[in-house]
Amino acid sequence: MSKRIETKNLDIYYGKFHAVQNVNMTIEPRSVTAFIGSSGCGKSTVLRALNRMHEVINGAYVKGEVLLDGVNLYDKKVDPVRVRRQVGMVFQKPNPFPTMSIKENVLAGVRLNNARISGKQADELVESSLKGANLWNEVKDRLDNPGSGLSGGQQQRLVIARAIAVSPEVILMDEPCSALDPISTLAVEDLIQVLRDKYTVVIVTHNMQQAARVSDVTAFFNLEAQGKPGQLIEMGPTDKIFSNPEEKSTEDYITGRFG
Amino acid sequence: MSTTTQPSTGTAGGGSGDDHHEIIHSSKRFGERLFTQLTKGSGIGILVILAAVATFLVGLSIPALTADVKDLPYGNFWSYVAPFAFGTVWAAALAMVMAVPVSLGIALFISHYAPKRMAQTLGYIIDLLAAVPSVVFGLWGINTLAPAVRPLFLWLNENLGWIPLFSGAVSGTGRTVLTAAIVLAVMVLPIITAITREVFLQTPRLHEEASLALGATKWEMIRQAVIPFGMPGIISASMLGLGRALGETMAVAMVLSPDDVINFRVLTSQNPNTIASNIALSFPEAYGLGVNQLIATGLVLFIITLAVNMTARWVIARRSEFSGAN
Repeated sequence: MSKRIETKNLDIYYGKFHAVQNVNMTIEPRSVTAFIGSSGCGKSTVLRALNRMHEVINGAYVKGEVLLDGVNLYDKKVDPVRVRRQVGMVFQKPNPFPTMSIKENVLAGVRLNNARISGKQADELVESSLKGANLWNEVKDRLDNPGSGLSGGQQQRLVIARAIAVSPEVILMDEPCSALDPISTLAVEDLIQVLRDKYTVVIVTHNMQQAARVSDVTAFFNLEAQGKPGQLIEMGPTDKIFSNPEEKSTEDYITGRFG
Repeated sequence: MSTTTQPSTGTAGGGSGDDHHEIIHSSKRFGERLFTQLTKGSGIGILVILAAVATFLVGLSIPALTADVKDLPYGNFWSYVAPFAFGTVWAAALAMVMAVPVSLGIALFISHYAPKRMAQTLGYIIDLLAAVPSVVFGLWGINTLAPAVRPLFLWLNENLGWIPLFSGAVSGTGRTVLTAAIVLAVMVLPIITAITREVFLQTPRLHEEASLALGATKWEMIRQAVIPFGMPGIISASMLGLGRALGETMAVAMVLSPDDVINFRVLTSQNPNTIASNIALSFPEAYGLGVNQLIATGLVLFIITLAVNMTARWVIARRSEFSGAN
């Protein structure tokens, strides 16, 4: 249920703009990896390249390889739709489908690709997914209410339930708490701790305390200068990155000297 | 960095002082009041116009509705209006069945499939189609469409004649209710397409990406995120289109060869006329109570249109908590 991600010589472009240069990293299964770095350094771009969501943007493309347990996701024979079923994603703003009930939101991914599922199976899956997202107790009596009626933090957990309902190998989170209040943030962070046991979790965050709290491994991205492509500067165990980083720029960033 | 922060705090401080002053007196701002009155005036204006039309229709209909049957040139009012009311709804319904799916297809193609330049060109062409006067559509219907669809009608009648819709003797001229409905469909197509295209373009990127990230194909993404989000817009657009189809006069009057019947068969020469077309055709020769009787049929059309629109509003409102507006 959990796979290793490797990137090899990954270069990412938006049309002519070279956004990220030569990223080589290995992300271990059953761990939480945090991407940190200042705005515009390409951390979200790298994240979106891991499930081929980058190319959804007009003119955007990727060079190099992303390997999921050894299989190159950018191989010509690979169907991006299949990739995204295995590598789920949670966005910065909670985005439950406003036209669907809580229950239907959880089942949204399962209903795709002509999948048929019995009523009983569906109910079980909704319950297990919502429990997996620490949301079941809050919504079990109103599963048919609109998903957009929940609070921001609940919506974000609903979206996580939707992502885990299709049993992915990897869950990518793009600043999942940046639109949430502290209590909701705590709920989502607790959930990340639970998800670690089953999935490969990658999280982009602007909040360094959050990276320190939730992640096992931290990767620091930076730009040489404005307009230059972003690069992976340093990656290592979170304790080490936050206490004794190898690179000067990492230390400057985590001690708040820039960014 | 610190140098850029300081001046901005300075202006923010000054601004907040001004704001305080403005808040106390804001109700006296001239522009604000003018704008409020203007919008209020527009709102009241449309109600006044509607009331004026309704008064005219009701006022001139009453003599026809209260008069003795033997005084009425067209006989009993209800049996007179029934075929027209049926024809109006029937022709419009046929037109919508054809126009809505095609419009949605075009709108989706423009908003989500076509390359940018092509989408723009296509958009202009659709808008152009909306500017063609209905008399031109009428001429096209008689001269081009009616002869052209005859072979199709014959084929439908031969092969699908067991469906009551396509049964009976095929009209020799091709000027049937189906031909009229096709003309109507072409006329309402630009309206529905233009509005639904706008609605589809408004789909939040976030919802589209949510769907794609779950492993949806493009078509699944459209069904999951784009169409449900645009549903109120699709209904509104269809209602505007339907409004035009129900009220269209010239094109129907020119294309259709009418008969005084209620008939579901779409290929025969016994076609019910529509209310609007009948008023246009009969009015020049109407006199006395006949005029009132024709106006009363106009009132019936007014009521049909109103009922259709209210139903649509009700349908949208019923699903409002799922609309994404909250």
